Amino acid sequence: MLKISNLHVSLEDEDKQILKGVDLAVDAGKVHAIMGPNGSGKSTLSYVLSGKDGYKVTGGNVELNGSDILELDPEERAALGLFLAFQYPIEIPGVGNMTFLRTALNSQRKARGEEEISAADFLKLVREKAATLKIDADMLKRPVNVGFSGGEKKRNEILQMAMLEPKVCILDETDSGLDVDAMKLVAKGVNALRDNGRGFFGNNTLPTSFGPYKARRGTHNGGWKNC
Amino acid sequence: MNFPRQNKAEQIELKKSDLLSSGWSRDARKNAYDRLLRTGFPTSRDEYWKYTNPVTLTKKIVDKSSIMDDQAADIFVIANPVRIVFVNGVFAPEKSDKCDTSEIVIEQLSDVKQLDFHWAKDIYGRYESLSQDPVPRPLAAYNTAFANDGIVIHVKDCIERPINIIYENTDEYSDVILHHVIKVDDKAALTVLENGSAAARLNQVMEVELGDNATFNHVRVLGRDHERRVATHIFGELKGHSKFNSFTLTINGVLTRNECFLNIAGDSAAAHISGACVGDGDFHHDDTVFVTHDSVEAESRQVFKKVLRNGATGVFQGKILVKPDAQKTDGYQISQSLLLDEDSQFLAKPELEIYADDVACSHGSTSGAIDEEALFYLTSRGISKPIAIDMLTIAFLAEAVEEIESENLKDIILKLLVSWLDRHRN
Repeated sequence: MLKISNLHVSLEDEDKQILKGVDLAVDAGKVHAIMGPNGSGKSTLSYVLSGKDGYKVTGGNVELNGSDILELDPEERAALGLFLAFQYPIEIPGVGNMTFLRTALNSQRKARGEEEISAADFLKLVREKAATLKIDADMLKRPVNVGFSGGEKKRNEILQMAMLEPKVCILDETDSGLDVDAMKLVAKGVNALRDNGRGFFGNNTLPTSFGPYKARRGTHNGGWKNC
Repeated sequence: MNFPRQNKAEQIELKKSDLLSSGWSRDARKNAYDRLLRTGFPTSRDEYWKYTNPVTLTKKIVDKSSIMDDQAADIFVIANPVRIVFVNGVFAPEKSDKCDTSEIVIEQLSDVKQLDFHWAKDIYGRYESLSQDPVPRPLAAYNTAFANDGIVIHVKDCIERPINIIYENTDEYSDVILHHVIKVDDKAALTVLENGSAAARLNQVMEVELGDNATFNHVRVLGRDHERRVATHIFGELKGHSKFNSFTLTINGVLTRNECFLNIAGDSAAAHISGACVGDGDFHHDDTVFVTHDSVEAESRQVFKKVLRNGATGVFQGKILVKPDAQKTDGYQISQSLLLDEDSQFLAKPELEIYADDVACSHGSTSGAIDEEALFYLTSRGISKPIAIDMLTIAFLAEAVEEIESENLKDIILKLLVSWLDRHRN
């Protein structure tokens, strides 16, 4: 599903290589875990896959369902089914959470040539998904992540994932900063999305973090190995 | 006539014969005329016009402006207002609603100015002339002297239906001077809405007097993309426990200077002045605000947000003056710009002048680009970059729009902004 081959990445502004040949295949229905110490490039891999500016791919390629995605914009990658759950979700004052979710969902549908979801259907869907993550109506009304606790921000990431139904989900230290109860809620949300058509990979510094996801593990330190 | 600092051939001619020769406004007009002769028109060499070149506002020939379709200008219809329509600066009774209640008297300046006596005599030109100190405002004096029309409103109770002044324009070279006078009695309340393409060149003054516990809400939308040159002035005095709230949305236009000069004379009064503007290309927008605190426990807020792109320029000159006896004053001032490219600029001069020792006053001014982290967050969810930029633009302006009290009016302004951004997506 997602195939990373010999990926080399350095920072755009300075000649510092961060990823030195990463190979990883994320198959449908599987959860992969990537571990490594701080500064080893786990988040960089997540950002490069999502299309964030500031990185230069110096070698290798990345395919999503057979399409090379490295030349695509972030929104095009998202429409193909890639989703990054941020380690530090961004606060966006002034943009309502509901408006954001609906615009994102309809933008992806439009890009795929599908019909936009109606306001009524959207409302029904978002309420249903939010309930399982214990996200109340107030959180949905507030601006994106503004005033949310650490746990609420991570649950909001999983809500977006549940609404957008991506093919490949990248969880960038999604569990960091969560207490046990919040961790259980997030894990429940992630596990509810697991099916044979969807692949996951998460990264973290701690092997214990992957317990709730029943993941396959790979490790790396500077240079990446096959997972 | 003697105009000390400007080329006479280039500027508007000041003919004494054009002054109104009789009626209650005669003295005020004569007074303003004399003041104008002393100061002359402003030039870019004046400190107060350092960032905005006034030449197109003062020169003899009006620059051409395209005509907008004013059918689409009925933007406040949902608020069920009483409509007062001006066409090319002339009151159009056939397009306006009647408003016959004892709680409010609405008259046309050109109708009543010939009378020997009128209540507006005590207000017309009074607050404009008080505003000339410490900084002369010659364009306002020019307006008082030569205004040809406007409305005169006396509010005696709480008026639920807003008054909507609509300015239509059908003349590419229209040169309009309007002067409104609004008196809100003790405990009375009024909402005034303004919109429309107005004129190729507009000079407008609104003088507002608020009695004890009076409320005045004001929302206006200036312009609809045409190449207009506009100078507006709001002058007001607030008595005890009164509330003044004015919001202005400015959409494009070549040159806009919005001045607001308020004197908080009554204890525990509140003055909120805010504005949002979106400028694209050949656009210069200037908010110049001066709030004087001359009473205790009063509050003032100035919130101005500007989105500028393709070489547009934004200016903010804001001042809070706290007089020695104005203890417990709560003053706040923020001006921010979102610059969408390197060609656009924002020039700000925020000022506090405080003579009382028990006050809370703050001011801030920032310029910034789109937050790249927020942009990536939105695009990583599948939202295209232009739409994501629009969402962040609206979010940026929302803080100023939030200053409007009515949720209905807030929605109208936000929808106008969204539709403008849709039409001007890069």
